[in-house]
Amino acid sequence: MDLLNAIIALANFVIIPATAYGAQLALGALGVTLVYGILRFSNFAHGDTMAFGAMVTVLVTWLFQGWGLSLGVLPTALLALPFGILGCMGLLLLTDCTVYRFYRTQKAKPVIFVIVSLGVTFILNGIVRFIIGPDDQRFLDGERFIVSARSFREMTGLREGLAIKTTQGITVLVAVICVIALFWFLNRTRTGKSMRAYSDNEDLALLSGIDPERVVRVTWLIVAALATIAGVLYGLDKSFKPFTYFQLLLPIFAAAIVGGLGNPLGAIAGGFVIAFSEVTVTYAWKKVLGYLLPDDLAPSSLVQLLSTDYKFAVSFLILLIVLLFKPTGLFKGKSV
Amino acid sequence: MSVALRNTALFAVVAGLIVLVGVQQGWNSALVIVNMGLISAIMALGVNLQWGFAGLFNVGVMGFVALGGLAAVIVGMPATPGAWSAGGWNIMGAFGFAVGLIAGVVLLRARMRPGRLRALVVVGALVAGFFIYRAMFDPGVDAVEAIDPALTGYLGGLGINQGLWVALAWPVGGLFAAAAAWVIGKTALGLRSDYLAIATLGIAEIIIAVLKNEDWLARGVKNVVGLPRPTPFEIELQNDPAFVQRASEMGFTAVEASTLYVKLAYAGLFLVVLLVLLWMAQRALHSPWGRMMRAIRDNEVAASAMGKDVTARHLQIFVLGSAICGVAGAMMTTLDGQLTPGTYQPLRFTFLVWVMVIVGGSGNNFGAVLGGFLIWFLWVQVEPMGLWLMELITSGLADGSPLKAHLIESAAHMRLFTMGIVLLVVLRFSPRGLIPER
Repeated sequence: MDLLNAIIALANFVIIPATAYGAQLALGALGVTLVYGILRFSNFAHGDTMAFGAMVTVLVTWLFQGWGLSLGVLPTALLALPFGILGCMGLLLLTDCTVYRFYRTQKAKPVIFVIVSLGVTFILNGIVRFIIGPDDQRFLDGERFIVSARSFREMTGLREGLAIKTTQGITVLVAVICVIALFWFLNRTRTGKSMRAYSDNEDLALLSGIDPERVVRVTWLIVAALATIAGVLYGLDKSFKPFTYFQLLLPIFAAAIVGGLGNPLGAIAGGFVIAFSEVTVTYAWKKVLGYLLPDDLAPSSLVQLLSTDYKFAVSFLILLIVLLFKPTGLFKGKSV
Repeated sequence: MSVALRNTALFAVVAGLIVLVGVQQGWNSALVIVNMGLISAIMALGVNLQWGFAGLFNVGVMGFVALGGLAAVIVGMPATPGAWSAGGWNIMGAFGFAVGLIAGVVLLRARMRPGRLRALVVVGALVAGFFIYRAMFDPGVDAVEAIDPALTGYLGGLGINQGLWVALAWPVGGLFAAAAAWVIGKTALGLRSDYLAIATLGIAEIIIAVLKNEDWLARGVKNVVGLPRPTPFEIELQNDPAFVQRASEMGFTAVEASTLYVKLAYAGLFLVVLLVLLWMAQRALHSPWGRMMRAIRDNEVAASAMGKDVTARHLQIFVLGSAICGVAGAMMTTLDGQLTPGTYQPLRFTFLVWVMVIVGGSGNNFGAVLGGFLIWFLWVQVEPMGLWLMELITSGLADGSPLKAHLIESAAHMRLFTMGIVLLVVLRFSPRGLIPER
């Protein structure tokens, strides 16, 4: 039995990757849940919004790299991120006034909005593939590791290495900053309060003189920032490929629903629930169990509950369980 | 202009477009469009049943289509020799155990009093059961996949491959899709409308993941090729002197005549299926059941106040519509002669069908059929048109400039963009579609 090595192995292969992934999902789910809370529909275009924001960032990053601009050990993409956010904000405001506003004034049913957002998904997907192509793109530079497995082993003398990628560190840090800023905005500022009021009770908010168009506009701006940041962080951590963002839609929705749609705190919790279950269920536990159990009990197989290809199935199963037993989510969400 | 005349004119326009392709690009291309158009029309009928009749938003069409494809393999391919005795029964036993376990847990949960003990027992039973299941399942899978993996390595099927019996796979595909739809509907219907959308989106991804990874089932991404077909093979026709004789009398070469003959035979079979389904859908629409469905769609609260069981009716129509998509999926796989799980894309199979329904006219079966043909035609023809457009736009640029190369290379992605625009424009300016519901 070797508890220390087991913990390190667990941290290296499960806790750290799942935390980073959870932070990315949480940021994505926050965007979905904000749109749901304010505009009252499930935005299927969110994955492709992330892809669009990330694409703009990738392009600007390449431009900066071409100029020789860099942040030293940090990825240049962080420098390009504000431009990606601006591009994404422009896009969302444009889709809002060309597409969604019409249905809003008509007071169309939520399901119509969902179909419309599907059309937007199509268009964004086409634009992204048109501009940057459907293939994998690399835009990561700077130092790769904060702590590399080898230096950790040399430092501690343990058999297991612990690696923390720069992107994982940045992901968690940026996510924390975003969440703090978002909650400060929603709870402390006048605009944020008017957004929450609008989300709670539309008619009452209108009566007290809140301008709905302004609330909607601010929502889209925040969603654009969140989506771009989530998209760029995911792209840095894994790689940028337009189609994967569409597939991220399922875990993101699962995270938002598990937490309770329309509830920002729930979205964050949901993101981590989904990420940790996905990683633990698809991780091969052989190594960790090998350290924990006595030698004659050590498992011979990989002890992998599900193959990694089924990670979507995990988020889906959690979604089904939550829908069956607690349809409003772990934190109380709203229902239309 | 009367409604009937207008609708006939619309169908005539689409037929004219296809004939134009026939004249310009050859009748083989035209028949390819017709065959896939027929299949698309059936898918659109299924989605129209769910959306147009009942207002249910199903974004998992791709999954049901793929399940239909699986049925074509299971019904059509011969059983792999030795696979069942090697591991097939183990796999089935594991499934039987899983079903029994879930049933047992559900019963147990109903019997025990709510509380921490019950939660513990339920979770414990499920976790322990999962490991037992894997212990039964894995050796079976390994044994089956070890049998000649380059050629088979899967269980195979029932081996029904004689003539028209092959078409038996189509209703079976419908049954498979219906079963999956029942599970989804049972959990997600009765909740908020968006949940069904998200649940169906998920099940579609999972069905594709299963098809890609479970090699024992249908060889995964190694694809099953050489599925039996209900029509004769081209080569048989070309070796048949009587057929060659008749072809030359009509002024065709043997190769041309045989390919056209096979495609026409498929078109005939598909047309029969489409007409039967269309007739059934029309009868359903005009029956008391159809009126009830539309009443539920338009006002659920009022309908349930009238004593209609909204959730049960939704489940019913959701299963029916998905089954139709499954039938279409089985037909498509039979037409292709192969099951290639890697080619199932949600944008191509789910959203395209949605565009068909919306453009054609949701709530109107003829509209769905028209949309199926029209949008499929556009989907096929937009790529060459996009390429042509790009070449026109870039004609001013110097040859070999990277921008020109990029633009021409990207023309293929114009399809998604165009379909999105079509969907949004129709929803905005003509939300009732080309042939509106009456």
